[in-house]
Amino acid sequence: MIDTLRLTAEEAARLLRAKEITGAELYAAYRAAIDERDPELHCYLHVCDDEGGEGIPIAVKDVIGTKGIPTTAGSKILEGYVPVYDATVAARCKAHGLRILGKTNTDEFAMGSSTENSAFGPTKNPWDPSRVPGGSGGGSAAAVSAGLAPWALGSDTGGSIKQPSALCGNVGLRPTYGTVSRYGVVAFASSLDQVGPVARNVRDCAYLYSVIAGRDPCDSTTVDLPNAVRLPETDSLDGLRVGVPKEFNEHEAIEPGVRAAVERAIELCRELGAEVGECSLPRSVDYGMPCYYLIAPAEASSNLARYDGVRFGYRSPNGSDRLEMYERTRDEGFGDEPKRRIMVGTYALSAGYYDAYYGQAQKVRTVLIREHADAFERFDVLVSPTSPSVAFELGAKTANPLAMYLSDLLTIPSCMAGLPGLNVPCGLSEGLPVGLQLIGPQFSENTLFRAGHALEQALAFDPVPPRLAP
Amino acid sequence: MAIDREQLLHVAHLARLELHEEEVERLGAQLNDILDAVSKVSELDLSDVPPTSHPLDLVNVWAADEPHECLSVEEALANAPEREGAYFKVPPGGS
Repeated sequence: MIDTLRLTAEEAARLLRAKEITGAELYAAYRAAIDERDPELHCYLHVCDDEGGEGIPIAVKDVIGTKGIPTTAGSKILEGYVPVYDATVAARCKAHGLRILGKTNTDEFAMGSSTENSAFGPTKNPWDPSRVPGGSGGGSAAAVSAGLAPWALGSDTGGSIKQPSALCGNVGLRPTYGTVSRYGVVAFASSLDQVGPVARNVRDCAYLYSVIAGRDPCDSTTVDLPNAVRLPETDSLDGLRVGVPKEFNEHEAIEPGVRAAVERAIELCRELGAEVGECSLPRSVDYGMPCYYLIAPAEASSNLARYDGVRFGYRSPNGSDRLEMYERTRDEGFGDEPKRRIMVGTYALSAGYYDAYYGQAQKVRTVLIREHADAFERFDVLVSPTSPSVAFELGAKTANPLAMYLSDLLTIPSCMAGLPGLNVPCGLSEGLPVGLQLIGPQFSENTLFRAGHALEQALAFDPVPPRLAP
Repeated sequence: MAIDREQLLHVAHLARLELHEEEVERLGAQLNDILDAVSKVSELDLSDVPPTSHPLDLVNVWAADEPHECLSVEEALANAPEREGAYFKVPPGGS
Protein backbone atom coordinates (compact mmCIF):
# COMPACT_ATOMS: atom_id res chain seq x y z
CA MET A 1 0.00 0.00 0.00
CA ILE A 2 1.54 3.30 -1.12
CA ASP A 3 0.68 6.18 1.21
CA THR A 4 0.69 9.11 -1.20
CA LEU A 5 0.03 11.57 1.64
CA ARG A 6 3.44 10.87 3.15
CA LEU A 7 5.60 9.47 0.37
CA THR A 8 8.40 11.82 -0.69
CA ALA A 9 9.80 11.73 -4.21
CA GLU A 10 13.16 10.69 -2.79
CA GLU A 11 11.61 7.71 -1.00
CA ALA A 12 9.57 6.84 -4.10
CA ALA A 13 12.80 6.81 -6.13
CA ARG A 14 14.38 4.46 -3.59
CA LEU A 15 11.39 2.10 -3.68
CA LEU A 16 11.49 2.07 -7.48
CA ARG A 17 15.24 1.40 -7.56
CA ALA A 18 14.86 -1.42 -5.04
CA LYS A 19 11.98 -2.78 -7.13
CA GLU A 20 9.74 -2.77 -4.07
CA ILE A 21 7.15 -1.00 -6.20
CA THR A 22 6.70 -0.65 -9.94
CA GLY A 23 6.21 2.55 -11.91
CA ALA A 24 2.71 1.40 -12.80
CA GLU A 25 1.79 0.85 -9.13
CA LEU A 26 3.15 4.23 -8.19
CA TYR A 27 1.27 6.06 -10.92
CA ALA A 28 -1.91 4.13 -10.13
CA ALA A 29 -1.64 5.09 -6.43
CA TYR A 30 -1.71 8.78 -7.34
CA ARG A 31 -4.51 8.26 -9.83
CA ALA A 32 -6.52 6.51 -7.12
CA ALA A 33 -5.87 9.38 -4.71
CA ILE A 34 -6.96 11.85 -7.41
CA ASP A 35 -10.14 9.85 -8.06
CA GLU A 36 -10.88 9.81 -4.34
CA ARG A 37 -10.10 13.37 -3.33
CA ASP A 38 -10.02 15.60 -6.38
CA PRO A 39 -13.79 15.77 -6.88
CA GLU A 40 -13.82 17.74 -3.62
CA LEU A 41 -10.57 19.69 -4.00
CA HIS A 42 -10.41 20.37 -7.77
CA CYS A 43 -6.63 20.54 -7.97
CA TYR A 44 -6.54 19.25 -11.54
CA LEU A 45 -7.95 20.70 -14.75
CA HIS A 46 -6.84 17.67 -16.72
CA VAL A 47 -5.73 14.22 -15.58
CA CYS A 48 -3.47 12.05 -17.75
CA ASP A 49 -3.30 8.33 -18.31
CA ASP A 50 -0.23 6.29 -17.48
CA GLU A 51 1.93 6.01 -20.57
CA GLY A 52 4.29 3.58 -18.90
CA GLY A 53 7.78 4.02 -17.52
CA GLU A 54 9.47 3.65 -14.17
CA GLY A 55 9.86 7.34 -13.30
CA ILE A 56 8.24 9.39 -10.58
CA PRO A 57 4.92 11.10 -11.38
CA ILE A 58 4.65 14.89 -11.35
CA ALA A 59 1.84 17.44 -11.56
CA VAL A 60 2.30 20.42 -13.86
CA LYS A 61 0.67 23.82 -13.50
CA ASP A 62 -1.61 24.49 -16.42
CA VAL A 63 0.32 27.54 -17.62
CA ILE A 64 3.12 25.18 -18.73
CA GLY A 65 2.70 23.91 -22.27
CA THR A 66 2.61 20.13 -22.62
CA LYS A 67 2.60 18.47 -26.03
CA GLY A 68 -0.66 16.67 -26.72
CA ILE A 69 -2.12 17.60 -23.30
CA PRO A 70 -4.62 20.48 -23.06
CA THR A 71 -3.14 23.66 -21.62
CA THR A 72 -5.59 26.40 -20.64
CA ALA A 73 -3.80 28.71 -18.18
CA GLY A 74 -7.13 28.64 -16.31
CA SER A 75 -8.72 30.68 -19.08
CA LYS A 76 -11.72 30.15 -21.30
CA ILE A 77 -9.77 31.86 -24.08
CA LEU A 78 -7.46 28.83 -24.23
CA GLU A 79 -10.12 26.16 -23.71
CA GLY A 80 -9.43 23.31 -26.10
CA TYR A 81 -5.88 24.45 -26.87
CA VAL A 82 -3.52 21.49 -27.22
CA PRO A 83 0.15 22.47 -27.54
CA VAL A 84 2.11 20.97 -30.41
CA TYR A 85 5.37 21.18 -28.46
CA ASP A 86 6.59 20.81 -24.87
CA ALA A 87 7.75 23.70 -22.74
CA THR A 88 11.45 23.22 -21.97
CA VAL A 89 10.68 22.48 -18.30
CA ALA A 90 8.19 19.77 -19.31
CA ALA A 91 10.71 18.31 -21.77
CA ARG A 92 13.41 18.29 -19.07
CA CYS A 93 11.10 16.49 -16.63
CA LYS A 94 10.26 13.89 -19.28
CA ALA A 95 13.91 13.47 -20.24
CA HIS A 96 14.52 12.75 -16.57
CA GLY A 97 11.87 10.03 -16.66
CA LEU A 98 9.23 12.01 -14.75
CA ARG A 99 5.67 11.20 -15.82
CA ILE A 100 2.95 13.83 -15.99
CA LEU A 101 -0.09 13.08 -13.81
CA GLY A 102 -2.08 16.05 -15.01
CA LYS A 103 -2.39 19.80 -15.28
CA THR A 104 -3.15 21.77 -12.16
CA ASN A 105 -5.58 24.59 -11.60
CA THR A 106 -4.46 28.19 -11.59
CA ASP A 107 -5.91 31.65 -11.46
CA GLU A 108 -6.55 32.76 -15.03
CA PHE A 109 -3.16 33.51 -16.64
CA ALA A 110 -1.63 33.08 -13.16
CA MET A 111 -3.27 36.34 -12.07
CA GLY A 112 -4.53 35.96 -8.56
CA SER A 113 -3.81 34.76 -5.04
CA SER A 114 -6.55 32.19 -4.45
CA THR A 115 -7.30 30.24 -7.71
CA GLU A 116 -10.76 31.81 -7.55
CA ASN A 117 -9.95 33.61 -10.81
CA SER A 118 -9.75 30.28 -12.64
CA ALA A 119 -12.40 30.14 -15.38
CA PHE A 120 -12.96 26.52 -14.36
CA GLY A 121 -13.75 27.06 -10.66
CA PRO A 122 -11.52 27.32 -7.59
CA THR A 123 -9.32 24.73 -5.92
CA LYS A 124 -10.08 24.04 -2.24
CA ASN A 125 -7.50 23.98 0.53
CA PRO A 126 -6.81 20.38 1.66
CA TRP A 127 -6.59 21.56 5.29
CA ASP A 128 -10.07 23.10 5.15
CA PRO A 129 -12.08 22.97 1.93
CA SER A 130 -14.01 26.11 2.88
CA ARG A 131 -10.74 28.00 2.39
CA VAL A 132 -8.58 28.92 -0.59
CA PRO A 133 -5.29 27.14 -1.34
CA GLY A 134 -3.64 30.42 -2.30
CA GLY A 135 -2.72 31.31 -5.83
CA SER A 136 -2.10 31.47 -8.52
CA GLY A 137 -0.56 28.00 -8.22
CA GLY A 138 -3.15 26.71 -5.78
CA GLY A 139 -3.73 23.56 -7.82
CA SER A 140 -0.09 22.46 -7.65
CA ALA A 141 0.28 23.29 -3.95
CA ALA A 142 -3.00 21.64 -2.93
CA ALA A 143 -2.24 18.56 -5.04
CA VAL A 144 1.08 18.05 -3.24
CA SER A 145 -0.45 18.58 0.21
CA ALA A 146 -3.40 16.29 -0.49
CA GLY A 147 -1.19 13.44 -1.74
CA LEU A 148 -2.39 13.85 -5.32
CA ALA A 149 1.19 14.27 -6.56
CA PRO A 150 4.58 13.78 -4.93
CA TRP A 151 5.75 17.09 -6.35
CA ALA A 152 4.72 19.64 -8.93
CA LEU A 153 5.82 22.47 -11.14
CA GLY A 154 4.48 25.93 -10.44
CA SER A 155 5.12 29.37 -11.82
CA ASP A 156 5.68 32.57 -9.89
CA THR A 157 5.37 36.18 -10.98
CA GLY A 158 4.68 37.94 -7.65
CA GLY A 159 4.25 35.02 -5.25
CA SER A 160 2.33 32.31 -7.10
CA ILE A 161 4.58 29.48 -5.89
CA LYS A 162 5.52 30.64 -2.40
CA GLN A 163 2.13 31.93 -1.24
CA PRO A 164 0.13 28.77 -2.12
CA SER A 165 2.89 26.64 -0.57
CA ALA A 166 2.53 28.72 2.59
CA LEU A 167 -1.25 28.34 2.66
CA CYS A 168 -1.11 24.59 1.94
CA GLY A 169 1.85 23.76 4.20
CA ASN A 170 4.53 22.60 1.78
CA VAL A 171 7.82 23.71 0.28
CA GLY A 172 7.94 25.95 -2.78
CA LEU A 173 10.86 27.65 -4.47
CA ARG A 174 10.70 30.72 -6.63
CA PRO A 175 14.11 30.43 -8.31
CA THR A 176 16.46 33.27 -9.21
CA TYR A 177 15.17 35.04 -12.29
CA GLY A 178 16.83 33.54 -15.37
CA THR A 179 17.71 30.14 -13.94
CA VAL A 180 14.69 28.27 -15.33
CA SER A 181 13.46 28.43 -18.91
CA ARG A 182 10.05 29.94 -19.70
CA TYR A 183 10.06 28.62 -23.27
CA GLY A 184 6.60 27.16 -23.89
CA VAL A 185 5.15 28.66 -20.71
CA VAL A 186 2.14 30.96 -21.03
CA ALA A 187 3.61 34.42 -20.52
CA PHE A 188 2.17 36.84 -17.95
CA ALA A 189 4.87 39.39 -17.03
CA SER A 190 8.12 38.44 -18.70
CA SER A 191 10.54 40.42 -16.52
CA LEU A 192 9.12 38.56 -13.50
CA ASP A 193 7.79 35.12 -14.51
CA GLN A 194 9.71 32.12 -13.19
CA VAL A 195 8.94 28.41 -13.14
CA GLY A 196 9.78 26.57 -9.94
CA PRO A 197 9.27 23.40 -7.90
CA VAL A 198 6.66 22.59 -5.24
CA ALA A 199 7.39 19.60 -3.00
CA ARG A 200 6.68 17.96 0.33
CA ASN A 201 10.14 18.71 1.70
CA VAL A 202 13.22 20.79 0.95
CA ARG A 203 15.34 17.96 -0.46
CA ASP A 204 12.69 17.01 -3.01
CA CYS A 205 12.30 20.69 -3.88
CA ALA A 206 16.05 21.04 -4.43
CA TYR A 207 16.18 17.91 -6.53
CA LEU A 208 13.34 19.02 -8.79
CA TYR A 209 15.02 22.40 -9.16
CA SER A 210 18.18 20.62 -10.36
CA VAL A 211 16.10 18.85 -13.02
CA ILE A 212 14.61 22.03 -14.52
CA ALA A 213 17.31 24.68 -14.00
CA GLY A 214 19.97 25.84 -16.43
CA ARG A 215 20.38 27.77 -19.62
CA ASP A 216 18.02 27.09 -22.49
CA PRO A 217 18.91 28.38 -25.98
CA CYS A 218 15.16 28.82 -26.59
CA ASP A 219 14.87 31.39 -23.75
CA SER A 220 17.56 34.03 -24.12
CA THR A 221 16.91 35.36 -20.60
CA THR A 222 18.26 32.14 -19.08
CA VAL A 223 21.76 31.66 -17.71
CA ASP A 224 23.84 28.72 -16.55
CA LEU A 225 23.84 28.10 -12.81
CA PRO A 226 27.09 29.35 -11.30
CA ASN A 227 27.03 26.41 -8.83
CA ALA A 228 25.62 22.91 -9.14
CA VAL A 229 22.54 22.26 -6.99
CA ARG A 230 23.49 20.59 -3.70
CA LEU A 231 20.94 18.49 -1.86
CA PRO A 232 20.96 19.81 1.73
CA GLU A 233 22.13 17.49 4.47
CA THR A 234 23.27 19.47 7.47
CA ASP A 235 21.05 20.16 10.49
CA SER A 236 23.13 23.12 11.60
CA LEU A 237 22.93 26.77 10.70
CA ASP A 238 26.40 27.54 12.07
CA GLY A 239 27.76 30.75 10.64
CA LEU A 240 24.63 31.63 8.67
CA ARG A 241 23.76 35.32 8.98
CA VAL A 242 19.98 35.66 9.14
CA GLY A 243 18.44 39.09 8.71
CA VAL A 244 14.99 39.96 10.02
CA PRO A 245 13.69 42.93 8.02
CA LYS A 246 11.35 44.74 10.36
CA GLU A 247 8.98 46.04 7.67
CA PHE A 248 8.39 42.44 6.52
CA ASN A 249 7.84 41.15 10.05
CA GLU A 250 5.94 43.94 11.75
CA HIS A 251 3.49 44.97 9.05
CA GLU A 252 0.00 45.56 10.40
CA ALA A 253 -1.51 43.10 7.90
CA ILE A 254 0.32 40.17 9.53
CA GLU A 255 -2.00 38.06 11.68
CA PRO A 256 -0.84 37.53 15.28
CA GLY A 257 -0.79 33.74 14.88
CA VAL A 258 1.37 34.03 11.75
CA ARG A 259 3.73 36.40 13.49
CA ALA A 260 4.05 34.12 16.52
CA ALA A 261 4.90 31.05 14.40
CA VAL A 262 7.49 32.99 12.40
CA GLU A 263 9.03 34.42 15.57
CA ARG A 264 9.44 30.90 16.94
CA ALA A 265 11.14 29.85 13.69
CA ILE A 266 13.51 32.82 13.93
CA GLU A 267 14.33 31.87 17.52
CA LEU A 268 15.04 28.35 16.26
CA CYS A 269 17.50 29.77 13.71
CA ARG A 270 19.44 31.17 16.66
CA GLU A 271 19.35 27.84 18.50
CA LEU A 272 20.65 26.10 15.36
CA GLY A 273 23.70 28.34 15.32
CA ALA A 274 22.71 31.21 13.04
CA GLU A 275 23.62 34.82 13.78
CA VAL A 276 20.29 36.63 13.76
CA GLY A 277 20.03 40.40 13.40
CA GLU A 278 17.41 42.97 12.57
CA CYS A 279 17.52 45.09 9.45
CA SER A 280 15.35 47.54 7.56
CA LEU A 281 14.21 47.72 3.95
CA PRO A 282 12.21 50.90 4.40
CA ARG A 283 10.52 51.17 1.00
CA SER A 284 10.30 47.57 -0.23
CA VAL A 285 6.99 46.60 1.37
CA ASP A 286 5.11 49.90 1.04
CA TYR A 287 6.18 50.57 -2.54
CA GLY A 288 6.62 46.98 -3.76
CA MET A 289 2.91 46.33 -4.19
CA PRO A 290 2.15 49.51 -6.21
CA CYS A 291 5.33 49.00 -8.25
CA TYR A 292 4.35 45.42 -9.04
CA TYR A 293 0.77 46.28 -9.94
CA LEU A 294 2.03 48.70 -12.57
CA ILE A 295 4.87 46.68 -14.09
CA ALA A 296 3.14 43.28 -14.13
CA PRO A 297 -0.07 44.58 -15.76
CA ALA A 298 1.95 46.64 -18.26
CA GLU A 299 3.82 43.54 -19.37
CA ALA A 300 0.62 41.47 -19.25
CA SER A 301 -1.22 43.92 -21.51
CA SER A 302 1.50 43.31 -24.10
CA ASN A 303 1.80 39.53 -23.60
CA LEU A 304 -1.96 38.96 -23.71
CA ALA A 305 -2.29 40.84 -27.01
CA ARG A 306 -1.62 37.50 -28.74
CA TYR A 307 -5.06 36.18 -27.73
CA ASP A 308 -6.91 37.55 -30.72
CA GLY A 309 -8.83 34.54 -32.01
CA VAL A 310 -6.59 34.15 -35.06
CA ARG A 311 -3.99 31.45 -34.50
CA PHE A 312 -5.19 29.41 -31.51
CA GLY A 313 -7.67 29.43 -28.68
CA TYR A 314 -11.20 30.77 -28.55
CA ARG A 315 -12.73 32.83 -31.35
CA SER A 316 -16.04 34.60 -30.90
CA PRO A 317 -18.58 33.64 -33.54
CA ASN A 318 -20.17 37.07 -33.13
CA GLY A 319 -17.81 39.31 -35.07
CA SER A 320 -18.77 40.35 -38.60
CA ASP A 321 -15.46 42.02 -39.36
CA ARG A 322 -11.95 41.56 -38.00
CA LEU A 323 -12.05 44.33 -35.39
CA GLU A 324 -15.35 43.08 -33.97
CA MET A 325 -13.98 39.55 -33.93
CA TYR A 326 -10.88 40.66 -31.95
CA GLU A 327 -12.85 42.73 -29.45
CA ARG A 328 -15.60 40.18 -28.86
CA THR A 329 -13.17 37.25 -28.68
CA ARG A 330 -11.25 39.06 -25.96
CA ASP A 331 -14.34 40.26 -24.11
CA GLU A 332 -15.94 36.81 -24.12
CA GLY A 333 -12.69 34.86 -23.61
CA PHE A 334 -11.03 36.77 -20.76
CA GLY A 335 -12.35 36.84 -17.21
CA ASP A 336 -12.44 39.93 -15.00
CA GLU A 337 -8.90 39.79 -13.60
CA PRO A 338 -7.06 39.63 -16.95
CA LYS A 339 -9.35 42.41 -18.17
CA ARG A 340 -8.52 44.58 -15.17
CA ARG A 341 -4.81 44.01 -15.64
CA ILE A 342 -4.92 44.55 -19.39
CA MET A 343 -6.77 47.82 -18.77
CA VAL A 344 -4.41 49.01 -16.02
CA GLY A 345 -1.39 48.03 -18.10
CA THR A 346 -2.64 49.64 -21.28
CA TYR A 347 -3.43 52.82 -19.36
CA ALA A 348 -0.03 52.86 -17.61
CA LEU A 349 1.74 52.50 -20.96
CA SER A 350 -0.41 54.97 -22.89
CA ALA A 351 0.81 58.33 -24.14
CA GLY A 352 0.79 60.97 -21.42
CA TYR A 353 0.83 58.49 -18.51
CA TYR A 354 3.88 56.37 -19.35
CA ASP A 355 6.43 58.39 -17.35
CA ALA A 356 4.23 58.89 -14.31
CA TYR A 357 3.21 55.25 -14.01
CA TYR A 358 5.34 52.70 -15.84
CA GLY A 359 8.52 54.77 -15.96
CA GLN A 360 8.27 55.68 -12.27
CA ALA A 361 7.54 52.05 -11.33
CA GLN A 362 10.72 50.96 -13.13
CA LYS A 363 12.67 53.41 -10.98
CA VAL A 364 10.99 52.11 -7.82
CA ARG A 365 12.14 48.69 -8.94
CA THR A 366 15.73 49.92 -8.86
CA VAL A 367 15.14 51.17 -5.30
CA LEU A 368 13.88 47.73 -4.24
CA ILE A 369 16.90 46.02 -5.83
CA ARG A 370 19.27 48.39 -4.00
CA GLU A 371 17.55 47.91 -0.64
CA HIS A 372 17.88 44.15 -0.92
CA ALA A 373 21.51 44.40 -2.09
CA ASP A 374 22.33 46.57 0.94
CA ALA A 375 20.76 44.01 3.29
CA PHE A 376 22.76 41.19 1.70
CA GLU A 377 26.00 42.96 2.56
CA ARG A 378 25.28 42.03 6.17
CA PHE A 379 23.15 38.90 5.82
CA ASP A 380 23.05 35.63 3.84
CA VAL A 381 19.31 35.14 4.17
CA LEU A 382 16.32 37.36 5.00
CA VAL A 383 13.33 35.84 6.77
CA SER A 384 9.68 36.86 7.16
CA PRO A 385 6.20 35.41 6.89
CA THR A 386 5.46 34.35 3.30
CA SER A 387 1.80 35.37 3.57
CA PRO A 388 0.46 37.87 6.08
CA SER A 389 -2.47 35.53 6.76
CA VAL A 390 -3.29 31.85 6.86
CA ALA A 391 -5.63 30.48 4.17
CA PHE A 392 -8.70 32.71 3.97
CA GLU A 393 -12.31 31.75 3.28
CA LEU A 394 -13.40 31.21 -0.30
CA GLY A 395 -15.15 34.36 -1.51
CA ALA A 396 -13.66 36.59 1.19
CA LYS A 397 -11.73 38.79 -1.25
CA THR A 398 -13.26 38.18 -4.67
CA ALA A 399 -15.30 41.39 -4.70
CA ASN A 400 -12.31 43.53 -3.76
CA PRO A 401 -9.31 43.15 -6.09
CA LEU A 402 -7.13 45.40 -3.94
CA ALA A 403 -7.66 43.25 -0.84
CA MET A 404 -6.66 40.22 -2.91
CA TYR A 405 -3.53 42.03 -4.15
CA LEU A 406 -2.38 42.55 -0.54
CA SER A 407 -2.04 38.75 -0.15
CA ASP A 408 1.29 39.09 -1.99
CA LEU A 409 2.53 42.06 0.03
CA LEU A 410 5.52 40.16 1.43
CA THR A 411 6.43 38.03 -1.60
CA ILE A 412 6.38 40.79 -4.22
CA PRO A 413 9.48 42.84 -3.26
CA SER A 414 12.03 40.04 -3.77
CA CYS A 415 10.30 38.99 -7.00
CA MET A 416 10.77 42.52 -8.33
CA ALA A 417 14.48 42.21 -7.49
CA GLY A 418 14.82 38.85 -9.29
CA LEU A 419 15.78 37.09 -6.05
CA PRO A 420 15.14 33.48 -5.11
CA GLY A 421 12.71 32.72 -2.30
CA LEU A 422 11.82 29.52 -0.49
CA ASN A 423 8.67 28.83 1.51
CA VAL A 424 9.06 26.40 4.39
CA PRO A 425 6.11 25.54 6.64
CA CYS A 426 6.86 26.67 10.20
CA GLY A 427 3.78 25.86 12.25
CA LEU A 428 0.05 26.25 12.54
CA SER A 429 -2.24 29.13 13.37
CA GLU A 430 -5.95 28.40 13.86
CA GLY A 431 -5.15 24.86 12.69
CA LEU A 432 -3.85 26.13 9.33
CA PRO A 433 -0.28 26.18 8.00
CA VAL A 434 1.99 29.20 8.38
CA GLY A 435 4.81 29.70 5.88
CA LEU A 436 8.27 31.09 6.54
CA GLN A 437 9.84 32.93 3.61
CA LEU A 438 13.61 32.70 3.12
CA ILE A 439 15.04 35.20 0.65
CA GLY A 440 18.63 35.18 -0.60
CA PRO A 441 20.80 36.99 -3.15
CA GLN A 442 20.62 35.92 -6.79
CA PHE A 443 21.85 32.32 -7.32
CA SER A 444 21.84 31.53 -3.59
CA GLU A 445 19.42 28.59 -3.90
CA ASN A 446 21.89 26.22 -2.20
CA THR A 447 21.98 28.49 0.86
CA LEU A 448 18.18 28.62 0.95
CA PHE A 449 17.97 24.82 0.68
CA ARG A 450 20.51 24.40 3.47
CA ALA A 451 18.68 26.81 5.77
CA GLY A 452 15.26 25.46 4.86
CA HIS A 453 16.33 21.87 5.40
CA ALA A 454 17.89 22.56 8.81
CA LEU A 455 14.77 24.41 9.93
CA GLU A 456 12.54 21.69 8.55
CA GLN A 457 14.38 19.04 10.57
CA ALA A 458 14.18 21.10 13.75
CA LEU A 459 10.54 22.16 13.28
CA ALA A 460 9.34 18.63 12.43
CA PHE A 461 6.20 20.11 10.84
CA ASP A 462 3.73 17.40 9.80
CA PRO A 463 2.70 18.33 6.23
CA VAL A 464 -0.29 15.99 6.16
CA PRO A 465 -3.63 17.79 6.63
CA PRO A 466 -5.22 16.07 9.66
CA ARG A 467 -8.62 15.74 7.99
CA LEU A 468 -7.02 13.58 5.28
CA ALA A 469 -4.86 11.47 7.59
CA PRO A 470 -6.21 7.95 7.88
CA MET B 1 -6.07 60.41 -10.75
CA ALA B 2 -9.54 59.30 -11.75
CA ILE B 3 -10.24 57.66 -15.08
CA ASP B 4 -13.55 58.77 -16.63
CA ARG B 5 -15.90 56.86 -18.85
CA GLU B 6 -14.51 58.26 -22.08
CA GLN B 7 -10.93 57.37 -21.13
CA LEU B 8 -12.03 53.92 -20.02
CA LEU B 9 -13.63 53.21 -23.38
CA HIS B 10 -10.57 54.60 -25.17
CA VAL B 11 -8.24 52.33 -23.20
CA ALA B 12 -10.56 49.37 -23.81
CA HIS B 13 -10.38 50.08 -27.53
CA LEU B 14 -6.58 50.32 -27.44
CA ALA B 15 -6.59 46.89 -25.74
CA ARG B 16 -9.15 45.55 -28.24
CA LEU B 17 -11.66 44.75 -25.51
CA GLU B 18 -15.34 45.33 -26.15
CA LEU B 19 -16.72 45.92 -22.66
CA HIS B 20 -20.40 45.47 -21.87
CA GLU B 21 -22.23 48.33 -20.15
CA GLU B 22 -22.27 46.38 -16.86
CA GLU B 23 -18.49 45.84 -17.14
CA VAL B 24 -17.85 49.51 -17.84
CA GLU B 25 -19.42 50.41 -14.47
CA ARG B 26 -17.96 47.59 -12.40
CA LEU B 27 -14.46 47.54 -13.89
CA GLY B 28 -14.40 51.34 -14.04
CA ALA B 29 -14.87 51.64 -10.29
CA GLN B 30 -12.30 48.91 -9.60
CA LEU B 31 -9.78 50.46 -11.98
CA ASN B 32 -10.04 53.77 -10.20
CA ASP B 33 -9.36 52.06 -6.86
CA ILE B 34 -6.37 50.24 -8.35
CA LEU B 35 -4.94 53.34 -10.04
CA ASP B 36 -5.37 55.25 -6.80
CA ALA B 37 -3.36 52.59 -4.93
CA VAL B 38 -0.57 52.27 -7.51
CA SER B 39 -0.21 56.06 -7.78
CA LYS B 40 1.69 55.74 -4.51
CA VAL B 41 4.85 55.28 -6.62
CA SER B 42 4.71 59.01 -7.44
CA GLU B 43 5.35 59.90 -3.77
CA LEU B 44 9.05 59.15 -4.19
CA ASP B 45 11.44 61.62 -5.79
CA LEU B 46 13.46 59.33 -8.04
CA SER B 47 14.78 61.80 -10.60
CA ASP B 48 18.33 60.49 -10.09
CA VAL B 49 17.45 56.79 -10.09
CA PRO B 50 17.83 54.77 -13.30
CA PRO B 51 14.91 52.53 -14.34
CA THR B 52 15.14 48.72 -14.23
CA SER B 53 13.53 46.80 -17.06
CA HIS B 54 15.13 43.44 -16.35
CA PRO B 55 16.52 41.97 -13.12
CA LEU B 56 19.60 40.33 -14.68
CA ASP B 57 22.48 42.23 -16.21
CA LEU B 58 22.32 40.53 -19.60
CA VAL B 59 23.47 42.30 -22.74
CA ASN B 60 23.25 41.08 -26.33
CA VAL B 61 22.65 37.35 -26.09
CA TRP B 62 23.68 35.99 -29.46
CA ALA B 63 22.82 32.75 -31.18
CA ALA B 64 24.45 31.19 -34.19
CA ASP B 65 22.39 31.63 -37.34
CA GLU B 66 21.81 27.96 -37.96
CA PRO B 67 18.59 26.40 -39.19
CA HIS B 68 17.07 23.77 -36.96
CA GLU B 69 13.90 21.80 -36.69
CA CYS B 70 10.70 23.83 -36.46
CA LEU B 71 6.96 23.25 -36.53
CA SER B 72 5.41 21.94 -39.74
CA VAL B 73 2.58 23.91 -41.37
CA GLU B 74 0.10 21.32 -40.11
CA GLU B 75 1.38 21.66 -36.54
CA ALA B 76 1.35 25.45 -36.72
CA LEU B 77 -2.25 25.39 -37.92
CA ALA B 78 -3.39 22.60 -35.60
CA ASN B 79 -5.04 24.98 -33.13
CA ALA B 80 -6.35 27.52 -35.64
CA PRO B 81 -10.00 28.47 -35.11
CA GLU B 82 -10.38 28.59 -38.89
CA ARG B 83 -7.99 27.86 -41.75
CA GLU B 84 -7.90 27.76 -45.51
CA GLY B 85 -5.12 25.71 -47.06
CA ALA B 86 -1.87 26.72 -45.40
CA TYR B 87 -3.31 29.97 -44.01
CA PHE B 88 -5.08 31.21 -40.89
CA LYS B 89 -8.48 32.49 -41.97
CA VAL B 90 -10.00 35.63 -40.42
CA PRO B 91 -13.12 37.69 -41.11
CA PRO B 92 -12.61 40.48 -43.64
CA GLY B 93 -12.10 44.19 -43.00
CA GLY B 94 -12.22 46.39 -39.90
CA SER B 95 -8.61 46.21 -38.67
